[in-house]
Amino acid sequence: MSWSTSLLVPLPVVLPLLAAGIKLTIGPRLPYVHRVISVGTLALVLGVGIALLVLADQDGPQVAAIGGWQPPLGIALVADRLSALMIVVSSAVTLCVLVYSYGQGAADGEESLPLAVFHPTFLVLCAGVSNAFLAGDLFNLYVGFEILLVSSYVLLTLGGTSSRIRSGTTYVVVSILSSLLFLGAIGLVYGAAGSLNLADLAGRIDRLDGGIALVLEVALLSAFAIKAAVFPLSAWLPDSYPTAPAPVTAVFAGLLTKVGVYAMIRTETLLFPDTSVEDVLLVLSLLTMVVGILGAVAQTDVKRMLSFTLVSHIGYMVFGVALGNRLGLAGAVFYVVHHITVQTTLFLTAGMIERRAGSTSSERVGGLARTAPLVAVLFFLPAMNLAGIPPFSGFLGKVALIQAGVVDGTALAWVLVAGSVVTSLLTLYAVGKVWSRVFWRAPRVALPTADGPRGREGQDEVVGATIGGRTITTSTAMPVTMTGATVAMVVLGLAYTAAAGPLMRYSDRAAGELRDRQAYVQAVDPEMVRPVERAGAGNP
Amino acid sequence: MSSSASVVLAVVVGVLCASGVVLLLERSLTRVMIGAALLGNGLNVLIIAMAGKSGRAPLLGGDGRDERAMSDPLPQVMILTAIVITFALTAFLLAMAYRSWQLHGHDEVQDDVDDRLVAARRASAEPQDTGADAEAEAEAEAAAAAGESGELRLVDGEPGPERGRS
Repeated sequence: MSWSTSLLVPLPVVLPLLAAGIKLTIGPRLPYVHRVISVGTLALVLGVGIALLVLADQDGPQVAAIGGWQPPLGIALVADRLSALMIVVSSAVTLCVLVYSYGQGAADGEESLPLAVFHPTFLVLCAGVSNAFLAGDLFNLYVGFEILLVSSYVLLTLGGTSSRIRSGTTYVVVSILSSLLFLGAIGLVYGAAGSLNLADLAGRIDRLDGGIALVLEVALLSAFAIKAAVFPLSAWLPDSYPTAPAPVTAVFAGLLTKVGVYAMIRTETLLFPDTSVEDVLLVLSLLTMVVGILGAVAQTDVKRMLSFTLVSHIGYMVFGVALGNRLGLAGAVFYVVHHITVQTTLFLTAGMIERRAGSTSSERVGGLARTAPLVAVLFFLPAMNLAGIPPFSGFLGKVALIQAGVVDGTALAWVLVAGSVVTSLLTLYAVGKVWSRVFWRAPRVALPTADGPRGREGQDEVVGATIGGRTITTSTAMPVTMTGATVAMVVLGLAYTAAAGPLMRYSDRAAGELRDRQAYVQAVDPEMVRPVERAGAGNP
Repeated sequence: MSSSASVVLAVVVGVLCASGVVLLLERSLTRVMIGAALLGNGLNVLIIAMAGKSGRAPLLGGDGRDERAMSDPLPQVMILTAIVITFALTAFLLAMAYRSWQLHGHDEVQDDVDDRLVAARRASAEPQDTGADAEAEAEAEAAAAAGESGELRLVDGEPGPERGRS
């Protein structure tokens, strides 16, 4: 925790913001400089993330007190094992999506728009995600959420087409409501506990009356559950995500809901360990899984189907969090890492299908396995990974969670174990259905050629509305950056299998650190440790 | 923090939040925006109320005055941040309402694609006495909704392959 290493902690937040500012200053000129800045920044953040990961694993949580103001009054950024892992995965994923978006932007002839609006906003989104992962107090977490949400509003409604405004409205209003809930919860926490620093709160909430603590927990969890799309609060997601451009949907699907899951993990472990709410969370996670996947089975559009599987698989992570034992948390951490990567990859591939065939509807597209074998492979691998077929990381994550459920041993946990197996099978069914229609079945409509028919008159705009309000350029030649970035993501997803041992052990250490709480509190402020030591001793 | 917040503040928070929630439930985006602003202001007052008793201005002076008589400065700082954020969100919602008005001539939030598909399917599955007109309307509605979701009905007039089922 020397001066030099704590200097690394704010960099994942500061660098993208700085780069976004520089890019806005340059404006829509010098495209080459823009690319160097964006890719360089995110690569640098990835490097910083890896350094933080190593440091946090060896020396314990890294803490930076912003402006030299010590916690609990000052703002602290904390990188413990979980935060550092999240930073690494999120920056790797955003880097790939950024490279992908260059290819797509070039192919759609949208050079000027992405440079002027898309890329600075994308970098601000990255800064917000990093800030949320590193936040050491609730208010900074709120600010991180707002940074990423406001940039996500801009990205989702980019171009201002009719369908994007319609779906964006739902998204923006629901997100604003969740932000306001979070703000209200922050007010209540401050009123009840007199602090917002997470490490400080860990001790203070233990001393609160049980009923008050319950109100605070439910208020915070409701706000996070909207962001994470946990079942009764998930209806906004499948409606709003699919209309955005492919890279935007990919990064939203991969990261934004996981920020909510991260916030749930953090509050459930650090602030409210072992509470009665966990049973409620178990039931909700079961409903999230089952309702989500039934929605996915009913969909015919690839992007909408993927959005529903996204909701469904959030249930797995909430399952691990709700169990609250070490294995469950380790499984949840592993599953978050796996799911960020795989879900992003699938949406990137959906963008490639759209580019190749002009649509992502499985009623319209067919026979892609023959005409675009690479896209088929790039869809098949992450799809099987998502469904949890044995060699892949999705299987390993699910096994860890099921083990944790068995260890827990209550009747409810067994129901959850059964539910997660059924969900896994239904996921296989949903992706298999789309796979056989889009890739195997003989095409219903001839694939568009250079001047060939593109279906009914007047549908071009509708299909095109999914990319910037213009007709998509369908072509057999995929930009090399799009393919390259997607291949990199698929390989990253497969690498989790190869590195499953170390990754699972790391997740386990992260879970141990989360359960322990001491290391986190000690790192933020050694003087706060005393009150936390009597954690779980009951309320006064 | 001592819980000596005034009743007036509590009432103000209640009224602001209640009217904010009512407006949020409206269909018109402009009203939703006003609702979000009211709710945001209500929550800001809540944070003020949570700060406990009001006191002197929180300035550190060198004349040995009692620091415990100060107001708590932290909630005020938080509210400043929250006000700025709510302001940005209000501006964004207003821009969206305006864009929606430009595109559609109104700023009402529409049903999502699946809702419209289900409604259309149900309308077309009703008994014959509703007549061909209702069916045609439902078809058009389904086509509009399907078009928005990127789906395409293959031939005009022919019932879509998926529509007929269940």
